[in-house]
Amino acid sequence: MRCGDLKESYLEDEKIFQTAFVKFWLVLLFVVLISLPVFASPYVMYVANIIGFAVIGAVGLNLLTGNTGQISLGHAAFIGVGGYATAILITRVGVPFWIALFLGGAIAAAVGLVVAIPSVRVKGLYLCIATLAAQFILEWVFVHWETMTRGIRGINVPPPRLGSLVFDTERSFYYITLVMVVLAVGFARNLLRTKWGRAFVAIRDRDLAAEIMGINLFRHKLAAFALSSFYAGIAGGLWVSFMKVVTPEHFPFSRSIEYLAMIIVGGLGSVLGSIFGAIFMTLVPELLNVLSGFARHFVPGLEQLFIPMKEVIFGALIVFFLVFEPHGLAEIWHRIKNSFTLWPFSY
Amino acid sequence: MDIIPQIVISGLAAGGVYGLIALGFVLIYKATSVLNLATGEFMTLGAFVCLTVMTQSSAPFYVAFLTTMAFAALLGIIIERTILRPLIGEPIISVIMVTIGLGSILRGLTHIIWSPEYRSFPPIFPPQPLNLGFAVVPSGLSWGFLFAMVFTAIFATIFRYTRTGLAMRATASNQQTALSMGISVKSVFALSWSFAAITAAVGGVIIGNISGISLHLGNIGLKVLSVIILGGLDSIVGAILGGFVIGLLENFAGVYLDPLLGGGTKEVVPFVILVIIIMIRPYGIFGKETIERV
Repeated sequence: MRCGDLKESYLEDEKIFQTAFVKFWLVLLFVVLISLPVFASPYVMYVANIIGFAVIGAVGLNLLTGNTGQISLGHAAFIGVGGYATAILITRVGVPFWIALFLGGAIAAAVGLVVAIPSVRVKGLYLCIATLAAQFILEWVFVHWETMTRGIRGINVPPPRLGSLVFDTERSFYYITLVMVVLAVGFARNLLRTKWGRAFVAIRDRDLAAEIMGINLFRHKLAAFALSSFYAGIAGGLWVSFMKVVTPEHFPFSRSIEYLAMIIVGGLGSVLGSIFGAIFMTLVPELLNVLSGFARHFVPGLEQLFIPMKEVIFGALIVFFLVFEPHGLAEIWHRIKNSFTLWPFSY
Repeated sequence: MDIIPQIVISGLAAGGVYGLIALGFVLIYKATSVLNLATGEFMTLGAFVCLTVMTQSSAPFYVAFLTTMAFAALLGIIIERTILRPLIGEPIISVIMVTIGLGSILRGLTHIIWSPEYRSFPPIFPPQPLNLGFAVVPSGLSWGFLFAMVFTAIFATIFRYTRTGLAMRATASNQQTALSMGISVKSVFALSWSFAAITAAVGGVIIGNISGISLHLGNIGLKVLSVIILGGLDSIVGAILGGFVIGLLENFAGVYLDPLLGGGTKEVVPFVILVIIIMIRPYGIFGKETIERV
C-alpha cells in the first residue's frame, strides 16, 4: 500500500510527475481526452472546446494574479485583442491560422505592456485600476474602430486548415484546442519550477524581500503581465476561429470577472486550480441553462432570469471561496486525495 | 458661442455628483485601504429602492429618500459585518476581489427583483429650468448639483469636525495606534462602509433623477475611479475637485470629440484620463506622495 512519498533531493521534490501512479492516471486521462470525439455528441464537444479556451485564459490569469499577486480586471479585453488581431491577420493580411494565432497572442501581449508599464512601476492597486480602464477603452475601440474591426457587424473568420484538412466542426477543432491546452498547461507548470516562476511567487509574498534578493521587480511583474496577456490572446484567437465570427459583445467586463472567478474558485497560484476553475465555471452556466430550460415547462418566464442568476451565482462563488476556502477547489482536491492515500491512518 | 457655458454648466453638475460618489470611495479607502468596486451596484440599488418606495406607497420624496439612506446604511453595515470582516488581515487583492464578487451578486439581484427595462423618476423637483442669464440649466441638473453639494458638505464636515470623524481619521492614519487609544476600529470600518453606501445611494438617486434608472446606472461607479485617481486616492478635497474636472472634460469630449471619433467618447474619456494620470502622477493631485517604487 502506498502511504507517502520519500524524497531524498530537491530535484525529486520538483518533479512534475511524482510517481508512476500519477503517470498512469495521466495517460488514462489523455486516452479518454483523445478518444472523446468518438463517442461524445456535438454539444459535449462544443462545451469541451469552450472549456479548453477557458483553461488557457485562466492559466494565464492565474500566473499573473495567483502567482505574481497582481490583479487584472481587463483579461476579457486582452482576449478580445488576441481574437481581433487573429481575425484581422487571417482575413485582411492572409496569414495562415497557425501563425496568426501566435501573432495574435504577441499583439495582445504588446497591448498589455502599453497599459502595464506605467502602473507596474508603482506599488499598490494601480495595475488593477489601469487594467479596468484598459477593459473599457479596448471595448470602445472594438466598437468604434470600424475600419479595422468592422464595429458591431463583426468579422467572419474562416476555419483553420492544414493541407486538405479543414477544422470546421466541434470534433475536429477539439484537437487544436487540446494541443494548445496541453502546451499552455505544460509551459505554465514548468515555468513555475524555474528561476522566473519562483521570482513571481517571491514578488507576491513580499515584494521588498524579493527585491533585496536581487529580483528586478519591474521586469518580472511586466513579464508576468505580458505572459498572461499572451495566454489571453491565444485563448481569444482560438475562440474566434472556433466561433467563426468575432463581435465586440463577446468581451465584456463581466467576462473579465468570470475569469477572476475561475481562478479564485479553482485555487489562486495553482495550475491545477486554474483547470478546475475553468471547468467548473464553464459547466455551472451550462448546467443552469439546462436546468432553466427544463424548469421552463413549470415556471414560465424563468429563462429571462438566466443571466442575472448567473451573475448572482458567480458573485456568490467568488465571495464564498475567498471567505471560506481561499485555496479553492485545488485544495479540496488535495485534501480528498491525501485522505485516500493515507486511509485508514490519516490524521 | 453659447455652447461653451452650456457644456461647462452640465459638466459641473455631473462633476458634483461624481465628487459625491468619489467621496464614498475615498472614505472606505482611507479607513480600510480597500477599493470598493461594488460602488456602482450600491448606486443602482439605492436608486431602485427610492423609486420603489415612491411608486409603491406613493410616499413623498423626502420619506423615500430617508428610507433609501437608512436602507443603504444598513446594507453597508451588513456587508461589512458578514463579508469584509472575516477578511481582515487577508491580502488586499482578496478583499478587492470580494468587492467585485459582491458587485456581481448585487447586480444580479437588482436585475432579478427589478426587471431591466428603463424607467424614469416621477417628477420631484420643480420643473422650471434655472436661467442663469448666460446659460439655461435643466432643473434636474441644478437640483442634483445642489443635493450633491449639500451631502458632500455634510460628510466632509462630519469627517473634519466631529468626534466620529476624528476616530475615522485616526484609524486611517494608523490602525494600531487608534486601537490603543480606545477607538473601536471595527465600528469605524462599519461606519465607513455605511457612509460610502449612503453617498453611493444618494448619487444613484440624483443620477436616476437626471437621466432615468436602468441597470446600467451603476457603470458610473467605475467611471468615478478616474476621479479618485485624479484627485488622489486618499484626498477628500481631491475627490470633490477631481469630480468637477472629470465632469467638465467628459462633457467637452462628448461635444467636440464625438463627431471626430464616432460617438461614445463620454464613456471612455474618463478612463483615458485615468491611464494618463497613472503614467505621470499616480498619487493624484492631492494624494499623499508615498509612492514606493518596488
